[in-house]
Amino acid sequence: MAIERVSAILFLLAAIAAPMLLSGFFIFQVTMLLVYAIAIMGLNLLTGFNGQFSLGHSAFYAIGAYAAAILMDKFGIGYLWTLPLAGLICFAVGFLFGFPALRLEGTYLALATFGLAVATPQILKLTPLEHWTGGVQGVFVAKPNAAMGLPLTADQWLYYLTLSVFILLYILARNLIGSRTGRALLAIRENPIAAQSMGINVSLYKTLTFGVSAAYTGVAGALGAIVIQFVAPDSFGFMLSVTFLVGLVVGGIAWLPGALIGAAFILFVPNFAEEISKGLSGAAYGVIMILLMYVMPSGAGGIVQSALRAVRAR
Amino acid sequence: MIAALATVAAASMAMAKGKYDVGASDTEIKMGHFNPYSGPVSAWGTVGKLQTAFYRMINEQGGINGRKITFITYDDAYSPPKAVEQTRRLMERDQVLGLFNPMGTASNLAIQKYMNNMKAPQIFVSSGAVAFGNPKDYPWTMGWLNYASEGRVYARYLLQNKPDAKVALFFQNDDFGKGFVAGFREALGDKAKTMIVGEASYEISEPTIDSQIVKLKASGADVLFNMSSPKFAAQAIRKLTDLNWKPLHFLTSSSAQIGSTLGPAGLENSKGIISTNYYKDSTDPRWKDDPAMKNWNAFMDKYYPEGDKSDTTNVYAYLVSETIVQVLKQAGHDLTRENIMKQAANLKQFSTPLLLPGVTITTSETDFFPIEQLQLIQFNGRTWDFIGGVIDGSAK
Amino acid sequence: MELLLQQILSGLATGAIYACMALAVVMIYQSIGHLNFAQGEMATFSTFVAWQLITWGFPYWAAFALTVALSFAGGVLIERVVFRPLKDAPALSHIVVFIGLLAIFNNASGFVWDFTIKTFPSPFGQGPMFGAFLNMHQAGMIACTLGMLVLLYLFFSRTRLGLSLRAAAANPESARLVGVRVGWMIALGWGLASAIGAVAGMLIAPGVFLEPNMMLGVLLYGFAGAVVGGLTSPIGAVAGGLIVGVMENLAGTYVPVVGSELKLTIALSLIILILIFKPSGLFGKTLAKRV
Repeated sequence: MAIERVSAILFLLAAIAAPMLLSGFFIFQVTMLLVYAIAIMGLNLLTGFNGQFSLGHSAFYAIGAYAAAILMDKFGIGYLWTLPLAGLICFAVGFLFGFPALRLEGTYLALATFGLAVATPQILKLTPLEHWTGGVQGVFVAKPNAAMGLPLTADQWLYYLTLSVFILLYILARNLIGSRTGRALLAIRENPIAAQSMGINVSLYKTLTFGVSAAYTGVAGALGAIVIQFVAPDSFGFMLSVTFLVGLVVGGIAWLPGALIGAAFILFVPNFAEEISKGLSGAAYGVIMILLMYVMPSGAGGIVQSALRAVRAR
Repeated sequence: MIAALATVAAASMAMAKGKYDVGASDTEIKMGHFNPYSGPVSAWGTVGKLQTAFYRMINEQGGINGRKITFITYDDAYSPPKAVEQTRRLMERDQVLGLFNPMGTASNLAIQKYMNNMKAPQIFVSSGAVAFGNPKDYPWTMGWLNYASEGRVYARYLLQNKPDAKVALFFQNDDFGKGFVAGFREALGDKAKTMIVGEASYEISEPTIDSQIVKLKASGADVLFNMSSPKFAAQAIRKLTDLNWKPLHFLTSSSAQIGSTLGPAGLENSKGIISTNYYKDSTDPRWKDDPAMKNWNAFMDKYYPEGDKSDTTNVYAYLVSETIVQVLKQAGHDLTRENIMKQAANLKQFSTPLLLPGVTITTSETDFFPIEQLQLIQFNGRTWDFIGGVIDGSAK
Repeated sequence: MELLLQQILSGLATGAIYACMALAVVMIYQSIGHLNFAQGEMATFSTFVAWQLITWGFPYWAAFALTVALSFAGGVLIERVVFRPLKDAPALSHIVVFIGLLAIFNNASGFVWDFTIKTFPSPFGQGPMFGAFLNMHQAGMIACTLGMLVLLYLFFSRTRLGLSLRAAAANPESARLVGVRVGWMIALGWGLASAIGAVAGMLIAPGVFLEPNMMLGVLLYGFAGAVVGGLTSPIGAVAGGLIVGVMENLAGTYVPVVGSELKLTIALSLIILILIFKPSGLFGKTLAKRV
């Protein structure tokens, strides 16, 4: 426990000090890192802790992003309010999607969620909805300035906002997992039938997890929209889901802090691959991914956890 | 001797008088660029690669007004968040003068506000969206061409030559396809309602578009307005032949290349297709002995040998680079961001040999679309024939 | 009425494309119990190899046979080199490796053979037949898909090797006890899947043109077809592929207002609906769950 507490405090100090030391560009990058980390955390709750596979989280991210953009653009709602609203909307969508998902497992669930990922950009582009979604042209979002006259640049303010949301959601997720509910989720992942016979309401827990997971990813989407100041349908395709999945596995399945490592991977490694070769950047990225799986088949989480275990065993 | 000294003196005086913003100096002009090098649309990556080669050639020839070009190009994977990241990397870390020919509608929309806040040029945006030619609201963003202009050209041709046409629209379901359709509808005006009898779109992830063509044929149309990218255009041409449907066929200039679309679809099947263009198709035998084309081929062999000569994107990228060089030359020793913008908006009938005869590039403070002149062309089974002279596609 | 018939036939032709790929999906699923995201890109790469051989002057069938053989060897090699060391890694890590392979093959195809579309010859010719309903190539492709289906069916149910392969996938422990070399069976499964993928690629390319992203969409539809058919059944895969093709066309033609823009979405919704009532697909077996 001590190690974890110390690292949490160190992280917090570094995170709070970061904007003082970094230029605007790096602050922006770290903000995006936190945004992706929140999305990956959401996916982790569903896939890592509850064992439900999803290729559809790009859809929840998109719904969150569009919810924020439309609420601001068409209804004039303040950007801070769009975050809980986007979360609520995504919770509802995820919860409802959880019902058909109950009937499906493994690969079949993958297909169903994949359908969601494919459908969402097409629905966002739909001609009858163009008034709201801006169709293929997307929606602009105004960049917020620091609130309450704080002496911060817009970049720094957005960073602290995102950091606060991340910490809040992280603590919530941590408490959830440590609670009775969390143990129920793990029991369902390990063996749904056994969990059922122990008196756990499997259907309810699974659908609720779907909802909560979607809400996390939706909040990330909303933050992403505010940071990028723009949403467009084709940036939320199936490949975004795959990216989140890569982030999840690299960070470590069922290990919450891994979200940060996974997010750093999906954000920085493509840039690094591009440095290796412009023409073969995709292949370089692929090779790095595969090599990483050799070195740490259970992601960063696997390594950290076994290291912790070794330290404790001594 | 004295003359030589005078020249040197004049040159150094001019040098000393140089005015610079971030990204330019006595010896260097630093330009930023992004396009997808990875991901599903990495086909466009050739634009950045060709331009890198082009500026290497320019530097070997002594640079522009004595300054070498440093061309920094990044991968945005066609994703707006990545484009914002790369743009900020270019502007804040690499400290470039501006963005030249960055690619993609969504990516450029995402950075448009940022670039205008920074008061840095985002010029010759590789997209045809109308949003990039709006100097009133975005004086630091300049487009290249406008999909709508091309749509208008076809509509006007139709109103003149076949006013009772029944038109079927076939387009890619994104801003590319819908941009042409918007211009087409606008120019048809009130007649759009009666003339357009069917429409069908496709997503680029669809393997085939047979179903759409079958559906459009059943609409009873006698004109097909085909705004699709090369693979789907070729599929459509072949499906028309299979169905024995022979409408008057308008094909977007983006797909009207003999080598990469009509050839694969079958030259015989492609006879009669009407399109437009503004530059020479490197795969059209008509230009086999054209000096400009020979020059381009020599460039490809020497500086970009791994590039695909049957891909006319490489002609486009060359042409844009030439125009950028023209802007920088015009800017002289005043390499401020403001002057770059001023010179980009001050191209007066600029012409390069790769443009079709008669086509010139003109911009002004109110006209932020360099390419608006188009040549209507019709395929005769071997090469493109010109229909009439060069026409203007801007809105009237 | 003619439109309906045409849309159904053209749906069958497109469906045959999906069915080809769905067969390869079933093949790999039978041996590793996963979907392989890289399968489409591997098939595209194989097809480019065939194209290169033909361009170098090989006769069609020689190029065809050589490509199938090379793809088989390549599949076995990938299993031995890439997946063997990861056999104890969690399933999700395998998915990351699939995605890595997808990126590698997709990038390699574009890097070596460029992005402009290429024609790929069809052994059946290109002219129309049955009036204008189908062309010769499409008819040939449907016939080939059915032929592959019969071969696969016989392989899985009649040959010792096929049975061992299924046993190794369904229950590795028991299979090992009765003397099946499970490790090699998985490699064999990879080889066969990649060979079938190569055949699918070579059958699909003449219709849709060859380019590095040729299979991007096809694989997704192939997955859908295989899943709706039931993942364990070759017959199901073919039926599923055809159903997806036809359903999509009918949705695109007859659903008003949004049909044209949402045809895939509508088809996928229908598939999910089918799966809710038949969670193991139309032809799949429901496996007993163990506590």
